[in-house]
Amino acid sequence: MDELLKYDHVEISFAGRPVVHDVSVSLEPGEILGLVGESGSGKSTLIKAAMGLLGGNGLVTRGDIWFRGQNIPDLSDQELRKIRGAQIGMIFQDAGASLCPIRTIGGQIYESMSAHMEISKEEAKKRSLDLFHKLHFKNAERIWDSYPFELSGGMNQRAGIAIAMLMNPAVLMADEPTSALDVAVQKQVVLEMRQLRDMFGTAIIIVTHDIGVVSAMADRVLVLKDGNAMEYGDAGQVLKNPQNAYTKKLLSAVPRLRRN
Amino acid sequence: MEPILDIKDLTKTFRNRGKSDLTVVDHVSFQLYPGEILGVVGESGSGKSTIAKLITRLIDATEGSIFMNGRDITHAKGAQLKDIYQQLQMVFQNPVGSFDPRRTLGDGIGESLRNHGVPKEKCRERVIRLLEQCGLSEEFAGRYPHEVSGGQCQRAAIARALAIEPKILICDEATSALDVTVQKQIVELLLSLQKANGLSYLFICHNLALVQMLCSRVLVLYDGKIVESGTPDEVILSPKSEYTKCLVDAVL
Ligand SMILES: Nc1ncnc2c1ncn2[C@@H]1O[C@H](COP(=O)(O)OP(=O)(O)OP(=O)(O)O)[C@@H](O)[C@H]1O
Ligand SMILES: Nc1ncnc2c1ncn2[C@@H]1O[C@H](COP(=O)(O)OP(=O)(O)OP(=O)(O)O)[C@@H](O)[C@H]1O
Ligand SMILES: [Mg+2]
Ligand SMILES: [Mg+2]
Repeated sequence: MDELLKYDHVEISFAGRPVVHDVSVSLEPGEILGLVGESGSGKSTLIKAAMGLLGGNGLVTRGDIWFRGQNIPDLSDQELRKIRGAQIGMIFQDAGASLCPIRTIGGQIYESMSAHMEISKEEAKKRSLDLFHKLHFKNAERIWDSYPFELSGGMNQRAGIAIAMLMNPAVLMADEPTSALDVAVQKQVVLEMRQLRDMFGTAIIIVTHDIGVVSAMADRVLVLKDGNAMEYGDAGQVLKNPQNAYTKKLLSAVPRLRRN
Repeated sequence: MEPILDIKDLTKTFRNRGKSDLTVVDHVSFQLYPGEILGVVGESGSGKSTIAKLITRLIDATEGSIFMNGRDITHAKGAQLKDIYQQLQMVFQNPVGSFDPRRTLGDGIGESLRNHGVPKEKCRERVIRLLEQCGLSEEFAGRYPHEVSGGQCQRAAIARALAIEPKILICDEATSALDVTVQKQIVELLLSLQKANGLSYLFICHNLALVQMLCSRVLVLYDGKIVESGTPDEVILSPKSEYTKCLVDAVL
């Protein structure tokens, strides 16, 4: 099948110092890739690079990131703005900070939707509240009218998930989307993301420390350490029968719930 | 044994202009004993962070009282607060937002030490030692909050909270941004401080396996109320409330 997104021997540096080295990975439509690895290994950097969001001192210093025939590092800011959100969506690791502090959740959702599609405010709200309910928001109307500071950590995270999903992008980058959620809500988010893939063929990269989430979602897994790919392959294979020493160490450190 | 923290009927109602009143912490009572790790689990939005902010006096309680070492700190201000923060520290749920973006992490971690008159050179040594205990090299002292990864910033926040050797540490999802190997290192650090210094923890955490491993008791919060409490085994192996059952069932 055709690749939708392809990292080809990518090196990424901050202020001239490489932090991601020679990573190659590709994503087909409808594929879910789990990105796991050590804290500081370059997971967030890797997905931010595909959206041109590395910030002032970050740069793709080698290799290409191909998306629909375009090499992302070559694109202008204007071209990137067309891709961001609408074609490649992002759920940020720091959900609270990625939301605008002085605008309501509803205002932000309507703004980002109407920037990329013909939609009335009523319709945007209706679709949002539907999704809010699925994400276990009890009082969806209140969330729509709330400012980020009036919501809890996990509520902001869910608002970020909703904003990204409502845009129905071809690729969804989800950076620790469930780290602030209780396990009941987490399960629901996993379900909704899988459903997005099943219904629209959305390709998803999910960065997570939760191996349970990876095994519930991912088709393939990439394991990173110190900016290097340690292991890359079929999720079942990697999680059940890891070959790399670091992957083995990582999996053996997972605390398991004793149920009896 | 006297509790180090005694929370009685703590209640928080948010009254925002143009909106209806919202009681998000509703007559919550519990005790934290010296050297104990008390877990708090619960629904997203159930009031866990609000309880943490009430105890650390970042927001005012609507009702109820907070006693630390038998002293009523419900309305503590100014000099009394400074006193309290020598014994009570907190690791925030959102670590990046808890650091001043214009100052280095080393600066932030050393701040409480400098405020207490620790000389510059000593302060530097201590910051480096703290970073190292949290698995970060010396180099991170010179970095700004936006120049590090999510988990690195979270570890810097833990280092900062430990700097003045508090007696009580409130951890609000303090390990949620860490991979399991680094998480293990941090958990070992917390346990060693519990042993060596008798540090007590209020440990807010979504990860039930971690709570089971670490905590001596656990509170389950739902909609601003404590719906269940007990040892992790009591709560996780034979949950009584509907919500706790649903939580345990949902673990992937
Ligand atoms: N703006 C920056 N300037 C300098 N170094 C940076 C910058 N941003 C990130 N880094 C460094 O790049 C490396 C990769 O960071 P990244 O945020 O991608 O890690 P991560 O795998 O997402 O980790 P975590 O799981 O802790 O979020 C880290 O060592 C980090 O310190
Ligand atoms: N400043 C505020 N104004 C109005 N409501 C607020 C404010 N701060 C928090 N809330 C509300 O209080 C409730 C509890 O929030 P809190 O942050 O304590 O939840 P939490 O248990 O920490 O959740 P999470 O696990 O998602 O972090 C939420 O419904 C939230 O919307
Ligand atoms: Mg990250
Ligand atoms: Mg919280």
